[in-house]
Amino acid sequence: MRWFSVWRRNMLVWHKLIAAAMLSNLADPLIMLFGLGYGLGALLPSVEGMSYIAFFAAGQLCTATMFTASFESMFSAFARMHGQKTWDAILYAPLTIDDIVAGEIAWAASKAWLTGSTILGVAVVFGLASSPWVLLALPAAFLVGLAFSAVGLIMCVLARGWDFFSFYMTLVMTPMMMISGVFFPAEQLPAPLLAVAKALPLYHGVQIVRPLVAGGPPPEFWLHVGVLLAYAAAGYALAIHFARKRFSS
Amino acid sequence: MTALAARALRKSYGATEVVSGIDLAVAPGECFGLLGPNGAGKTTTLKLCLGLIEPDGGEIELLGEPVPRRAREARARVGVVPQFDNLDPDFTVEENLLVYGRYFGLPKDEIQQRIAALLEFAGLAGRGDAKITTLSGGMKRRLTLARALVNDPQLVFMDEPTTGLDPQARHLIWERLRRLTQEGKTLVLTTHFMEEAERLCHRLAIMDRGRIIAQGSPRALIAEHIEPQVLEVHGPGYESWMERAKSLAPRVERVGDTVYCYGEDVEPLLKTISSDLGYLHRPASLEDVFLKLTGRDLRD
Repeated sequence: MRWFSVWRRNMLVWHKLIAAAMLSNLADPLIMLFGLGYGLGALLPSVEGMSYIAFFAAGQLCTATMFTASFESMFSAFARMHGQKTWDAILYAPLTIDDIVAGEIAWAASKAWLTGSTILGVAVVFGLASSPWVLLALPAAFLVGLAFSAVGLIMCVLARGWDFFSFYMTLVMTPMMMISGVFFPAEQLPAPLLAVAKALPLYHGVQIVRPLVAGGPPPEFWLHVGVLLAYAAAGYALAIHFARKRFSS
Repeated sequence: MTALAARALRKSYGATEVVSGIDLAVAPGECFGLLGPNGAGKTTTLKLCLGLIEPDGGEIELLGEPVPRRAREARARVGVVPQFDNLDPDFTVEENLLVYGRYFGLPKDEIQQRIAALLEFAGLAGRGDAKITTLSGGMKRRLTLARALVNDPQLVFMDEPTTGLDPQARHLIWERLRRLTQEGKTLVLTTHFMEEAERLCHRLAIMDRGRIIAQGSPRALIAEHIEPQVLEVHGPGYESWMERAKSLAPRVERVGDTVYCYGEDVEPLLKTISSDLGYLHRPASLEDVFLKLTGRDLRD
């Protein structure tokens, strides 16, 4: 549990800057949800038996969670590691680089979970989801956050400068968002693209959350959970591997 | 028992051997200095002793714990003042101490009890709520020192503790470090300020190119390696004067347009200096030893 003091340090900073932190993490996805949801929704009768805004809310919950996790584990963690040298200072204490990696991933996942669960709360308040099944979306959001935080932290410990993250954002995150069934059902994609989507974590997050918002159990639930867990575990292991390498010189 | 012991310590980065088989022994309560030009391997040695990097060979024991195997346990009783301040800019002065204490697993009450005394020690009493960005260089340095004491360590490592500080700030740090020695803490510091080493250190080691080339108390090193008096001469005609000086002083060297004469007694030389030459007659210092042993070439 030594990693917990790293989590707590980040929590304390977040707490001090709570207004700005909440605004940047929540305002954007909610504006997008209502703007696109109601705007496009007015043109579309229903998608997969749901209103378009409810359909999109499930996708947007996962996307916003992905973005919060990725920004925190890449840009914010990189600032702490590279700019502020906060990690160096922590390493003089009885903590190791493994503890820091674990604390940073857990923190980014927690922050991402808050984004996801707030969007869920808004969706419930606006009547887009009403079944008790939707409660399962809370742990699902944490799992999505964990997967993207772990992958983001690999990018962080590999980065030599800020530009490095643009490649991951532009070449990985943006296309992933387009093919993972966030805006439209992924099943209407050409088969090769759908296969790519199925190999990526966002698709599986959406596949869990959307049925829950609709009010029922997600088909192939454990498969989706398994893929997300695999991304989190592999990301964690690789992040530790590259972090040890970076800090051993 | 030694507070810190290293035997045959080695570390290479690629093909470059940065630490080439050094032996160190620091006694409890001692202030030990590690001196050397840039790139001598001082910081790498400190990192090895803390278990932050793995040695390629040799053994380290820090406060009775084998390092790196039990470095975590050793670090719980050690403080570190790094070469470059890395205070947490997201926090106030007091929050920095609180958050840092938590990394040691200390309960909040215990840390808060210590904060007042630590701020007093750092000359920052009443500044607990100040933001890090509003502090001067000297204040940041003192806060970094206070932060290193948050776990009440038995041994404190300091990497160039006064580099970049003005004389007032430097003297205040020196005073505080002496206070720590009086309290019985062991200090291990690197520096390239000879004055600092001469004032503070009971014993020191001079390092160059990854090796320890001399070790002992400042006085013993001066007595062992250098003549007690120095005469520096410069000005028009110094070259011809140097030829005469060579017969009167045991050791004469020229650096740029200055002549350095070393000897037991340089009084006879003083009489030969004409009025258009400038000179400085002084006792030999640690800096003379350092330059004699490590050479005068620039190190970058």
